[in-house]
Formats: sequence, structure tokens, C-alpha cells
Amino acid sequence: MTATLPATVKLTYREAMRAAIREALQRDERVFLMGEDVGRYGGCFAVSQGLLAEFGPERVRDTPLSEDTFVGAGIGAALAGMRPIVEIMTVNFSLLALDQIMNNAATLLHMSGGQFNVPLVIRMTTGAGRQLAAQHSHSLEGWFAHIPGLKILVPATLEDARGMLWPALQDPDPVLIFENGRLYTLEGELPAEPPPVDIAHAAVRRPGDDLTLITYGGTLGTALAAADRLAAEGIDAEVIDLRVLRPLDDATVLASVARTHRAVIVDEGWRSGGLSAEVSARIMEGAFYDLDAPVARVCSAEVPMPYPYHLEQAALPQPDTVAAAARALIGAAHG
Amino acid sequence: MAEFRMPSLGADMETGKLAQWLVKPGDRVARGDIVAVVETQKGAIDVEIFEGGVVQQILVPEGSEVPVGTPLALVDGAVPSASAPPVAAAPSLPGTPAPSAAASPAAVPAPAAPVPAAPRVRASPAARRLAAELAVDLATVRGTRLDGAVTLDDVRAAAAAKAPAPAPAPVPAAEDRAAAMRAAIAAAMSRSKREIPHYYLGTKIDLKRALDWLEAENRKRPITERLLPAVLLLKAVALAVREVPETNGFWVDGAFRPSTPVHLGVAISLPHGGLVAPAIHDADGLSLDALMAALRDVVERARVGRLRSSEVTDPTITVTNLGEQGVGTVYGVIYPPQVALVGFGAVVERPWAVGGLLGVRPIVSATLSADHRASVGHRGARFLAAIDRLLQEPEKL
Repeated sequence: MTATLPATVKLTYREAMRAAIREALQRDERVFLMGEDVGRYGGCFAVSQGLLAEFGPERVRDTPLSEDTFVGAGIGAALAGMRPIVEIMTVNFSLLALDQIMNNAATLLHMSGGQFNVPLVIRMTTGAGRQLAAQHSHSLEGWFAHIPGLKILVPATLEDARGMLWPALQDPDPVLIFENGRLYTLEGELPAEPPPVDIAHAAVRRPGDDLTLITYGGTLGTALAAADRLAAEGIDAEVIDLRVLRPLDDATVLASVARTHRAVIVDEGWRSGGLSAEVSARIMEGAFYDLDAPVARVCSAEVPMPYPYHLEQAALPQPDTVAAAARALIGAAHG
Repeated sequence: MAEFRMPSLGADMETGKLAQWLVKPGDRVARGDIVAVVETQKGAIDVEIFEGGVVQQILVPEGSEVPVGTPLALVDGAVPSASAPPVAAAPSLPGTPAPSAAASPAAVPAPAAPVPAAPRVRASPAARRLAAELAVDLATVRGTRLDGAVTLDDVRAAAAAKAPAPAPAPVPAAEDRAAAMRAAIAAAMSRSKREIPHYYLGTKIDLKRALDWLEAENRKRPITERLLPAVLLLKAVALAVREVPETNGFWVDGAFRPSTPVHLGVAISLPHGGLVAPAIHDADGLSLDALMAALRDVVERARVGRLRSSEVTDPTITVTNLGEQGVGTVYGVIYPPQVALVGFGAVVERPWAVGGLLGVRPIVSATLSADHRASVGHRGARFLAAIDRLLQEPEKL
């Protein structure tokens, strides 16, 4: 018997997502993809390029610009036994479908007394940083994390982009996947046969002892870059990728804070009433006596996302601002 | 958040050594629980807490000697005490601690001005917890956070900088303790004779009826439940106090503060010449059996040095009985800030005329030493007469 190293392939986040959709279409004939420009155009972010040719118009369906309608159609298809993947171009436009998502997808299991699951997956792009201005750049995933009945996934790595879709389709209830637009060009290597990932737990992306940076999605890279800067100064930051915004994996966060005694939450969403506030509150509830400093937050500026590059960058969490918040928590004891 | 402070356990106690903590942070305590042992000149005293709650933080480690009034621990959930810390409340009278004020508000009215709370130390929750575990006083730790708050590292540094943990308090040699106690007695008695204008009254009381009744009563009881004559005397004193309240209470800050409860101090001599007079609380309301049990309990504990703080601080009047030594008459010295002391001599058989006939009767000499600032001789006389009258009806005691 000869042991062989698993072959790896080099690919982008976009390609990892596409591979996940292709795998799902191959493995389960109930799966189909629909959304604006997912077919002939290959997806607004080119995620579904080539899939129409490979799987045909029955399974890769272009829809009109009518989010409320096609999300509703996806819910109906799910109720009828299909496993739809609905793509919404950006989270900003998902607001047109919010009634379907919240009042139907999230509630039908409850309102039918447990008779009707809605096994629907909705993918959408989120986040700023590409000069797409205020109507295409917001991070509203924290809003959706407010809604009981939904599961909210935020793949921030190639592994999760490749691995989260299949378990999401296996979930009997609606799952929303938020893909930060900056990540599509992220490139790296993955095993040709990627290992399965779970959609229940946060992940420690960088172990450390001095403080915990808690983040997800598009700002995972920001937090890791900040941790590198801090390491150069002798501050050993742990970085937690939440991965799942609902239900939140409190245990991983609390265990880390209990060890490091300090936490900075990095969230591309707005600060007021946002996901960062929720995480902060849970730390207060679960780890108050372990804290050696107030929980700090680095969020996007509370403005509509600016179009000019310098203003957009100034509005977003940056490695420098995260590192500064971390230093303030450590205090003078570390110089 | 309430502070549990080093109580004043004697008229001239200025400092106390925290010998042992019987609680730790997180423990729930109720009013009256014994939470610590304090080493004083009068031996180890079990100190009770007067406000319930949860112990948040131990501020003074075992082995530390601190002034009266020093916060020893923080207790949460307690109703904040309106009374000032003992030292502030009565600087001229360390013998009247706040705990006693809390126990009997009538005895020592709380001062009008509330004491402003000390500014809360800025410290992280984790630093507070560690400080409690390491017995580091946060108030003494310099905070290095940008906002000046105390952090975990600050507490660790402070703990490391502290002198090596104080060695367990060495048990003082018996001679040392005796000498210390002698010094305490000397201070209290000197103050008494210096400040208190004593007057003395004496009478002789026929105990025939009382002792006959006691003998008959004891015959009905197993040996272990028999009553001592001293119990009748104590109960008679406690009831007489009700009739002449000027004998019961404290002279504080130039005024007499009567006490409604009667906490009878019982003078107990100790080996090596020591003397303590712990209180039997609410003695006027106790049955003879209960009083007997209380007396036995307090004597046993006094002899082994395990009195409770409230027993040491609460007496409102003291009784000393030197009859065992065969002494005829006691001329006692009042224990400040109390205002009266009752002395009994030996019960002796004497020729006694009753109704024109001479007989032999058991006679005891009863004396009252009283503070003339608080009462006058006329009232003192009535007090002794009341004791006599009460002892003639022992079945009603």
C-alpha cells in the first residue's frame, strides 16, 4: 500500500463557490440554481459561469429583476420538495425579498405546527471595498441574524466557500449564505477532495494568549493582518472566525475570552444594534468575571458606504484600527 | 455593597489581629454568622457579621493586625448601613461599636450624617476576582490601564510586591496573652475610675425562700438540668433592670443612652488572672433553664477563648459574683461605657430576725456600683430593693 499526499488544486473563493454549486447539482437532482443573471451571464460575480451550459436551463434559471417573486418561488419549490439555491445579487436587494425571507421562509415551520420545512438556501453578496457605493455595499447579515428560523453562514475562507453549501442544502430549514464581495478573488490551495466542514461552530483561525479578535466574513483577513502587526509588537492575538452568525457559537468565544481576558469584535456592519453588540452582550453575560478590560468594537463608520476609494477605506475596519483597539485593551502594562 | 469592619471588642481596643477567616469570597452569610476569628488582648473572639449578603472580597489577609474600623471584607446584597463606622461614630468611645448599634438601635442612635461612600476603585472584573483570591487590597494597587483601571497584571504585580505572605500569627505565649489582658483590664478600669463618678449601695438579701424553692426544684431534675443559685440572682437583676432602666445602657458622648434589651454581662475569671464579662443576650426574657444553659455555654467558651464578638461588645450591665471565693461584699468597678455593675458576695448563714423571731438564714450581700451621671442613689436603692423583692418570689422568676 502506498501512501500518497492528497492532491491539491489552486483556486479562488469564486471558483470554490462554483465548485460547491456544481457538486450540489451533480449530487442531488432536486438542487437547482436561480437568480438574476446566473445563467447566460454567468452570475454578476461570475460565480455560476459555465453552469448553464453544463446543467441546462431547467437547473440554472435566470430570473427577472424581482427579488420578492423569485425568492418566493424558491420557497414554494422548497415546500414542494426541491432543494433550491437562490442567488440574490447583493444583500441590499434582499430587502425587496425581506417579506418572503422573514414572513414566509423563517416562519412556515412554526406556523404550520411543524408540518412544513423550507429547505431553501439563499446566497447573496455582502460588504464594501469595491467602490460600488451605498446601494451595493452594505453589510446587513447582522439583521438577518436577528431572525429566528434562519441559519446564517458567512464563509470567510476557501474551505468554507467550498464546504458550507452542501451541509446548508442538507439542513431542513432555510439557510442564508453571505459571501463578502472582496473575497471572490481570494486565492489559495484546497485539497482536490475537500474535507467536509460543519455549519455549527466558530473556528479559531489563529491561536493566541493576550487577547481575542472576534470577526467573520470579509474582516477575517483584516483581523489576521492586525494580529500579525500585534505579534511584531509582542502581543499575541487569537483570531476567531464566527462562521455562523445564527445560531452563534458562544462556547468558542467564551472559552477564548476566559483565557485571554480581552476581546475586540471586528464587524463590517454598523455598530449600533449590530451583530457586534450581540457578541459583546454575550461576552458580558458569559464571561464578565473573566474580563480584564471592557469589550472593544471596531465596526464600519455609521454612514452610508461612501463611493470614493479613500472615504470607503476610511469607513471600513482596517488592520491599523483593529490593532489600535487591541493595544488600548492591553494598556500600558505592555508598553 | 457593605463593608465588614474590624469591630471594637473592648473599651480600649485599638487594633485587632485577623487570626482566621471562616468565609471566602462567594459565600453567603446571614446576620449573626461567625465569619472570622479576631485575636485581641482578651483572646480569640469569634466575630459575627451584622449584615447578610454574599462575601465579595476579603480585604485583610489572615495574620494582619489592623485598627478598629478597618474594612475587612466587602459584602454584597446587604442593605447599606446608615450608621457610620465605629471609629467615626464615637471617636471618644471605641467601646461602642457600630455592630452593637445595628443590633439594638435604641441603644446607640445612628449619627445623623451619613458617611459618604469611598470612591469605587476602577478595576476590571477579572482583576477584582484575582485580588480577592490573592487578598490584595485593590485600593492600594496602581492601575496601569490607559483609563487608570487596575488590571490582572497590576494585581499580580501588587501581590508579588507584597511582603511574603504574613506568616500565620504565632500563638502568643500564655504569659504574653495574660500580660496583654492585664493591660486591657488596666486601661478599662483606669478609665472607669478616671471618668465615672461611682456611687455604691449595698444591701443584704435573705435567700431562704429562693434557695428552698431551688432545692425543691432541683430535686425534681436530673443532675444535668439542675439550676445554680447564680441563675436566680442573674434573672432577678435582669428583671430589676426593667424597673430601673437608668442602670442599663451606655454613657456615650456626654449623654446616657439607655438600652431596651437587657444584655447581662457576666464577669468570668480566667486562669492567669484574666477577666472577661461576655453578654447573655436578652437575659430578662430567658427562662431559668435557658439562662442556665446560656451561662454554662458562655463560661465554657470564655475559658477556652472562643467568645463571639457580640458577646464581648453588647453587655448593657454587668454582674460579678465573687461568692465562691467567700468574700462578703463586692465593691465593683463599672466597665465603661456601661453605667452599672451589680456585685454579689458569698451566701452565708447568719442570724436573721423575721417577724420578731431570730432565725438562721442564708444571706447574700448585693451591691450596686452605679454611674452617678446616669442615675441617682434613690433610683439605685430602688433597683436593689427590686432585686430583693424578686428573689422573695423565686417561682415567678
